[in-house]
Amino acid sequence: MIEAEGLTKRYGKTVAVDDLSFTVKPGRVTGFLGPNGAGKSTTMRMILGLDNPTAGSVRVNGKHYHQLHHPLRIVGALLEARWVHPNRSARAHLRWMAKSNKLPMRRVDEVLEIVGLTPVANKRAGGFSLGMSQRLGIAGALLGDPEVLLFDEPVNGLDPEGILWIRKFMHRLADEGRTVFVSSHLLSEMALTAQELVVIGKGKLISQSSTEDFVARASENTVKVRGPQLARLREALIDEGVTVRDDADEMIVSGLDSDRIGELAFQHNALLYELSPQRGSLEQAFMQITGDSVEYHTGLESEAAALTPEQALAQASK
Amino acid sequence: MTLLAVERIKLFSTRSPWMCTALAIATVVGLAAIIAGSVESAQGMNVPVSQFGYQMGLAVIMVLGALAITTEYRFSTIRTTFQAVPHRSSVLLAKATVVALLAGVIGEIAAFSALGVARLMQPEADLALNSAADWRNVAGVGAVFAIAAVLAVAVGTMIRHTAGAISLLMIYGLVAEDLVQLIPGVGEDIYKWLPFNVANKFLTGNPDTPVGAGEGPPPSNATLSPGWALAYFAGIAAVLLIAAILSARKRDA
Repeated sequence: MIEAEGLTKRYGKTVAVDDLSFTVKPGRVTGFLGPNGAGKSTTMRMILGLDNPTAGSVRVNGKHYHQLHHPLRIVGALLEARWVHPNRSARAHLRWMAKSNKLPMRRVDEVLEIVGLTPVANKRAGGFSLGMSQRLGIAGALLGDPEVLLFDEPVNGLDPEGILWIRKFMHRLADEGRTVFVSSHLLSEMALTAQELVVIGKGKLISQSSTEDFVARASENTVKVRGPQLARLREALIDEGVTVRDDADEMIVSGLDSDRIGELAFQHNALLYELSPQRGSLEQAFMQITGDSVEYHTGLESEAAALTPEQALAQASK
Repeated sequence: MTLLAVERIKLFSTRSPWMCTALAIATVVGLAAIIAGSVESAQGMNVPVSQFGYQMGLAVIMVLGALAITTEYRFSTIRTTFQAVPHRSSVLLAKATVVALLAGVIGEIAAFSALGVARLMQPEADLALNSAADWRNVAGVGAVFAIAAVLAVAVGTMIRHTAGAISLLMIYGLVAEDLVQLIPGVGEDIYKWLPFNVANKFLTGNPDTPVGAGEGPPPSNATLSPGWALAYFAGIAAVLLIAAILSARKRDA
């Protein structure tokens, strides 16, 4: 259980995290979603007591982080895979961590086994690939068998196999009843990983809901209608009070489901070639909801948002 | 005790402390050997002269002390450290203690080895430890190294960057203090109270061999007695360590 209340962090005039309140519940994977620079990492560091909040507070299991006795037994975190001394072996890194929270040394070998690093345990961590470093970081997070786990962008830079491994792994941790809080700027990744979403933009809370609700609420559900006699149908649709966007021989209708459009077409004797519901892409949903809260505007967002992946590919290959 | 063990594991599981240890001992002993080999007669060699190399060893010790903390900031292991132990003052005190103990041991090994090498090379010279001053001059090196290591940990904690912390310690310790003497009028008086000069007073003060008898450098001009000189040097290190702890507690890791 993580509870943030009015959490605020200012660096000079820049507000990195602005009056942020949210709750992360046990037994579920909660995604922490926001564009780059939205304040996700800063929030994670404040949860761990590394950065001091300018205002507000955040508690883990009802306590401030520095009040936790042997915190590694309560909170495990992987904020950055490369937070390891490059000349220290993986085992030595975990040994000092275990020692600091009075964990038995055999736990070090156990977590190395869990993440599959046993064969390279005595090699220097500086020679590890990103995927291996990530696994070492996870081993560190699991060391104290904690109830609460924080991961900051855990799939960044991983290959598909590594991504799948992490995704399954987080679900397993949540199924064991743990609190799993994982940040990402990729909504598509979060849609697969997280059951709950805390969405922030420019340090402010945008929404907290289940992933399904978020996607449903965010995506604009439209229906694509194609046929030779669209003019007849069009009037009927406008009478129903819905929005219609016209192209040459197709219409994009929003605000009415495909069943009703089919009925209207039948009533008005309009022949249809196609009647297909369009699910808004997750990226579109994300753009729509985070909207103005992207830190650095490029002027390309609207274009990017309007593109489906196929269009983007087609454009890129031109 | 747990935290001391943690810091011990951290210190000895990387290469640089081992390298600094070897280098510090080699410098002190090597300089003693060079001097013992180059003095014209046994009269030129005495206990203070055999310990002449301690200042170079001291520089290496301060590199060791600074690195012990700046590498944690460099590789962000300080964050993992504070995550594992949120009480930052305990962490830094433990680190300073472990580094000081190591520096003390290095100092003793280096100083007595340097004396041993001098005796081997100049068997005729008066290198017996037959006064309190002689003992202080040799056995005291460990104490000075230990305090200097704490000072370096403190500076490293405040500056955080390896290059910045080490340059500051080296430029101050090896150059700036001596340059202060050149300030007209007050220079000498200020110099009497500068920490490394005072530390030197502890080691070389109140000698039993007449000044200028050996070929070593002139003894310190600090006015404190050797005992107070050591206390003063330790006090400065303690003040810096407290400042470092306060800054680490206040700043984001």
